[in-house]
Amino acid sequence: MIGYAIRRILYMIPILFGVTLLTFTLFNVFGGDPARRYAGKHATEEQVQVIRAELGLDRSLPAQYVYFVKQIATFDYGRSWASKQLISTMITDGIGATLSLTAPAFAASTIFCIFLALFSVYGRGTIFDRGIVVTCLGLMSISSLVYILALQYLLAFRGGLFPISGWDPSWAGRWEYLTLPWIIMFVLSLGPNILIFRTVIMDEAFQDYARTARAKGLAEKHIYAKHILKNAMIPIITVVVIEMPVLISGSVLIENFFGIPGLGGTMIKALNDSDFPVIKAFTVMSAVVYMLFNLLSDLLYSAVDPRVKLG
Amino acid sequence: MRAQATDPMSLASTSSASQSVQQNSLWWDAFRRFKRNKVGVISLFTILVYVLIAIGSATGLLYPHASQGEQYLPMSWQHPFGTDIFGRDILGRAVHGTSTAISIGLLASSLSLIIGVVLGALAGYFGKKVDAAVVWLYTVVDSVPYILLIPALTFVLGRGLINVFIAVGLTSWVTTARLVRGEFMKHKDRDYVLAAHAIGAGDGRKIFGHILPNVAHLAFVQFGLGFVAAIKIEVILSYLGLGVDPSQPSWGLMIDDAKNELARPFFGNLAAATLFMFGLILAFNLFNDALREALDPKMKNK
Repeated sequence: MIGYAIRRILYMIPILFGVTLLTFTLFNVFGGDPARRYAGKHATEEQVQVIRAELGLDRSLPAQYVYFVKQIATFDYGRSWASKQLISTMITDGIGATLSLTAPAFAASTIFCIFLALFSVYGRGTIFDRGIVVTCLGLMSISSLVYILALQYLLAFRGGLFPISGWDPSWAGRWEYLTLPWIIMFVLSLGPNILIFRTVIMDEAFQDYARTARAKGLAEKHIYAKHILKNAMIPIITVVVIEMPVLISGSVLIENFFGIPGLGGTMIKALNDSDFPVIKAFTVMSAVVYMLFNLLSDLLYSAVDPRVKLG
Repeated sequence: MRAQATDPMSLASTSSASQSVQQNSLWWDAFRRFKRNKVGVISLFTILVYVLIAIGSATGLLYPHASQGEQYLPMSWQHPFGTDIFGRDILGRAVHGTSTAISIGLLASSLSLIIGVVLGALAGYFGKKVDAAVVWLYTVVDSVPYILLIPALTFVLGRGLINVFIAVGLTSWVTTARLVRGEFMKHKDRDYVLAAHAIGAGDGRKIFGHILPNVAHLAFVQFGLGFVAAIKIEVILSYLGLGVDPSQPSWGLMIDDAKNELARPFFGNLAAATLFMFGLILAFNLFNDALREALDPKMKNK
């Protein structure tokens, strides 16, 4: 298994090479002249030249690419074009805010949805089960933007239950601003989560061991609580771990809407400002996080299921 | 249900060979199963109504551009959802938005389907270096979160209907490629492929003529999922200012407009766009569900 993990980590190198090539090509080759974009429409040719030299864009494309790769390898992402902040500081600043938004909502939704899915499979074919499936599909048929707009309007603007938007840097004062975003994130994740867990648990409910348990006369409730749930946890863990990068990349729309200074909101701002160094750094960082969690998911899978041998 | 499912088998033994082949085919079975699913049939019908609305509005038969009147009129018989900031009838905007949504869904998911099927087929069929290259490519694309990749692409391409579906199509083929690759790996050494090889079929004919029809059901389901995803992404792109041109009618732009109108309070744009979207996407979601059940060979006996 250790050999497998090492090989997987080594495979991340060509993937990262691809990711850097992709982002570099997108922004530096096809994206037009970044310096001109950055200088604005009314800049003179000299101004553009100055900016180009300042940003290191006067070098050849291969030289710029090598510089970009060097930045990534040394974790020195440089500074934002827009705010002149160090990008590494932007990341460490944003991660706390993002996690305080995503982690509670993610945990609550995962636990709630697993249990609802379990009940749904338990009563499969009944009105209850059909109702849950159709409700999930219905919930997923509305744009996430509509949830944000409607819940913010109803609960904050009209209801006055929560502040409309804002942020408190202290951990203690933060929850007041976060409650509504938590609710929205929770509601948004209900549909997809319940359906995916339901599929996973449904697969287990018809396995041989479940039939054996039924044949030897165990109560159906007992089979679900002890046998099926335990076995279903294996695929559930992999699903949950693969979803975990969302914790870091955050909910872009929610952060942007509620003024939460997290990574997702920073990313949108960078896109609006044509802040290429920030976009590139965030893209590479997300890719690394995604790959690590993917690997973690595979390793966990073999750790909890002795039948799975990674080689 | 069991009796019905085994019915063609008993028929096959008594009737002519050609008939039995037709009745046992995956597609025929799937069609029969789908027909029995009332929800599936109703949702398919709903989708067809939307397609008619889209064709109608695109050809100017439905709601030819109405004159502009007063802005923010409340609901009335004449304007069921009121009028927007420019005094345009919101129902008309939503009707015209249908053709935008359907063309984005159709073109984006067709593009991603073609890329996914071709790359997946090549990787699964040829294996070795081709496989390594395709797997590398889709791992790279998959590693970048779509919420970064799609805005980045539209940002580079510029806004506009065509760029939206190119961006969505170029980024959403990974799952299709992965599934098709897996199926091709399973199928390429099966007897029917060896038989085709024995009568002299080349690689192209084996891939597209023999194996592809046997894995096409996967592609159908993926197409539906991609369709829904593309329509939802359009809304987010509109919010980010990277969607279709503001002069074009789109549900995403209407929802985006609504964010400044709720405080007035004016709900016309939000209500109309959400209702129109809800109907189409729910129908598509239910249709996909029914389609998946109908195409799943495991469901034959359930």
